[in-house]
Amino acid sequence: MPHTLQLTTPSENEVQIQRTFNAPRRLVYDCWTKPELVRRWLTGPEGWTFEVCDIDLRVGGTYRYVWRAPDATRMGMGGTYREIVPAERIVANELYDEDWTGGETLATLLFAEHAGQTTVTTRIRYSSPAARDAALRTGMDQGMAAGFDRLEAVLASA
Amino acid sequence: MNTPEQLDATFAALADPTRRALLARLAQGPATVLELARPFAMSQPAVSKHLKVLERAGLISRGREAQRRPCRLEPQALAQAAGWLEDFRRLWEGNFQRLDALLDELQQAPPGSDSTTA
Repeated sequence: MPHTLQLTTPSENEVQIQRTFNAPRRLVYDCWTKPELVRRWLTGPEGWTFEVCDIDLRVGGTYRYVWRAPDATRMGMGGTYREIVPAERIVANELYDEDWTGGETLATLLFAEHAGQTTVTTRIRYSSPAARDAALRTGMDQGMAAGFDRLEAVLASA
Repeated sequence: MNTPEQLDATFAALADPTRRALLARLAQGPATVLELARPFAMSQPAVSKHLKVLERAGLISRGREAQRRPCRLEPQALAQAAGWLEDFRRLWEGNFQRLDALLDELQQAPPGSDSTTA
């Protein structure tokens, strides 16, 4: 059975995503930090692929991702690693080329293993509450025909 | 209704479990403060405080009848906040389902061909 994604807004300028995976944390960590593995899953919307996936995993090292959409649109982002504790914790700042996040964000990734399963917590801190809300709004074009049926999802997750 | 300030208020209002429970109750229909307070074992002033937060966030409205002032869910503000979170969630769920499949595959790989960090 797939694990449930927990999406919360722990403070007015943060978003937190938490998910558990059926794998030891070293393996999950590899999937997050080795380009050949990252390329295979962190691809976002249907049909998108990686064009650039460069990772220099050391404090002060940079990473660069560029995705290509089916209509050939490109989306790029990158940042610098601030803190690395292998298989445990990564802190990096990140900035999208289009800067739809209203300035640089700070992402903290935590890997915790329990009974052979790994819980990954991603906390993204935006430069301001308005920047966070703008980031949440991206992807809204996928369907803002939001209705009452979403009440339950929010009540369960907020 | 669409300003960032409004959405901040909405997200802040939704961050509290009691307020989410009050919204869930109001999703079944309008109710007075008295009716809302009863199942929650809370004082009326405590419930009123939560209702004020929900009202400021645009999530509920209060009737004008002086005595009863029933509370009513205002679905638009909630739907907007929900829409944002839902789309964000869907994007990540797609990523994570691919990661589930990749992790399965990596754990089935024969010894010697794994790519775990030394």
